[in-house]
Amino acid sequence: MFSRKNSPRPIASRAPFGLKILVAGVLLFLYCPFGIILLYAFTTEETAFTFPPPGLTFDWFRVALFNRPDIFPPLLLSIQVALVATTVALVLGSLIALGVSRAKFFGREAITFLVILPIALPGIITGISLRSAFGLFGIDFSFWTIVIGHATFCIVVVYNNVIARLRRTAKSQMEASADLGADSFQTFRHIVLPAIGTALLAGGMLAFALSFDEVIVTTFTAGQQTTLPIWIFSQLVRPRQRPVTNVVAVFVIAVTFIPILIAQRLTQDSND
Amino acid sequence: MNNASNSLAAVRFEHVSRHFGEVRAVDNISLEIYDGEFFSMLGPSGSGKTTCLRLIAGFEQPSSGKIYLHGAEVSGQPPYERDVNTVFQDYALFPHMTVEQNVGYGLMIKKVPTAERKKRVSDALELVRLPQMAKRRPSQLSGGQRQRIALARALVNRPRVLLLDEPLGALDLKLRQEMQVELKDIQKRVGITFVFVTHDQEEALTMSDRIAVFNAGHVEQIGTPAEIYEHPASAFVAGFVGTSNLVRSDVAQKLTGRAQMFSIRPEKIRMVEIGTPVQDGWTALEGTVREVIYLGMFTRYLVALEGGGELTVVRQNLDETSMDVLSAEGKRVQLTWQRVFDRVLETK
Repeated sequence: MFSRKNSPRPIASRAPFGLKILVAGVLLFLYCPFGIILLYAFTTEETAFTFPPPGLTFDWFRVALFNRPDIFPPLLLSIQVALVATTVALVLGSLIALGVSRAKFFGREAITFLVILPIALPGIITGISLRSAFGLFGIDFSFWTIVIGHATFCIVVVYNNVIARLRRTAKSQMEASADLGADSFQTFRHIVLPAIGTALLAGGMLAFALSFDEVIVTTFTAGQQTTLPIWIFSQLVRPRQRPVTNVVAVFVIAVTFIPILIAQRLTQDSND
Repeated sequence: MNNASNSLAAVRFEHVSRHFGEVRAVDNISLEIYDGEFFSMLGPSGSGKTTCLRLIAGFEQPSSGKIYLHGAEVSGQPPYERDVNTVFQDYALFPHMTVEQNVGYGLMIKKVPTAERKKRVSDALELVRLPQMAKRRPSQLSGGQRQRIALARALVNRPRVLLLDEPLGALDLKLRQEMQVELKDIQKRVGITFVFVTHDQEEALTMSDRIAVFNAGHVEQIGTPAEIYEHPASAFVAGFVGTSNLVRSDVAQKLTGRAQMFSIRPEKIRMVEIGTPVQDGWTALEGTVREVIYLGMFTRYLVALEGGGELTVVRQNLDETSMDVLSAEGKRVQLTWQRVFDRVLETK
């Protein structure tokens, strides 16, 4: 997919002016909403958002932190779910990637397809399927049903990162390790793990970010539990202390943005 | 084969085949590699030489037949249990380790004590003349240096057999020629068996004690460089090792009266004036110089023969200037060679 060797970068190519405008427009369209959310976390109005905001204040951060205990259980639940789902995804995703990249076996393509499918499948389909499956097998909604729901797409992210790295890692390195006396476990520990290390970290961070702000699948697999995104969603219908929701949203953006930035950095470095 | 020759052989193949589906990469090969010799496997790509090497290393298992290392059968043994080490074509250095850690990897795995490990690593780096590179990473080395580190990483384990998979292929001509001499020198010093895979006939001729010429999954001929060059056993060997004039039997019938295919090396043919008396034991033919290819040190002439067919003649530019040489085009000449130099070949 990444045919870097075949496509040398054009030397000092300049994009035409129209294209630059277009790119700026698309980026603005994508990121304007974030700016607005950020802006109204500081507004002095409590119920309605008028533009421009009549005044700016840090007060809502204080309110969110000290006067709204209803924020913290969902926050804690979301962090726990994201951590566990990411761990599950790291183990299973990298194992699948290792298996698929090293061995040729019957049904290999089918497995690859089935692993990648959940990320392409609309969340609502995944959600409904899981819900009816849980119902069919008489499984009660719990922390673990949310984790399972999230793991379905977290695995894909880890798998994709690891398999891309394994494809770039010369097979001869693993052969060289075996040739020098290392058994499969030693080769994994000394050669494979360092090779896929940053890919695991990047995949894990992306998985965490995906899980942390997931709404659709969670709605179907959480039962009565409230994760942070669902809490935010529920706040939209209540007009009281509206900017508190924005404060929480800013926090969510930070928690999701930073890992993605780091993940991108990590995978970029290893390209060179 | 008796037991005495078993113990002499570092590597022995007994009717070994390796098939990948329909492809017979290695097809019923039997051969022996003697202890301490520099043995080359020479052949075009896809001839099975690399698969043979991988069979010895244990990366591949034979579909049928048996492989012995120093008399012990190794079929089914994984690479990490075999007393052989490999220098890979792409060197396969570990990018996240320093040169020192790369070279010491095998010793670390075998839990050799740190002090001894350090000593052996620095000895190995000394052997490949790169002691100052210990703290570098592979990405900070040139191609030639990586190649030496790969060699040191394999040799540090003191294997009884060292396998080299086209290790010089990625180097430029000058460096390759230097490394040929150095490899041979290192092999003499450490005194272990080298099995060297190459498609470069000159490389094989330069370094080897013996050469096996591979073609389409089987061995065409095994012999010393001189034997292979002077007495090619088949048309393939004659054509692949050095350049050769192959004269088909029907053309040979017209030219020399013998209806047998033969080969004659271009440097054995003399090009003289028409009418020069022919000595006893020499063959003489007449022809016209069709093309002259000036190559600096020597010149290659393509001579169209009167009786049909064409012979390539190579002549060192001893007394001629390039002007003399190039003006030979279109000239009628007499070609002669001593009959002992032409090789009658089996038609396969």
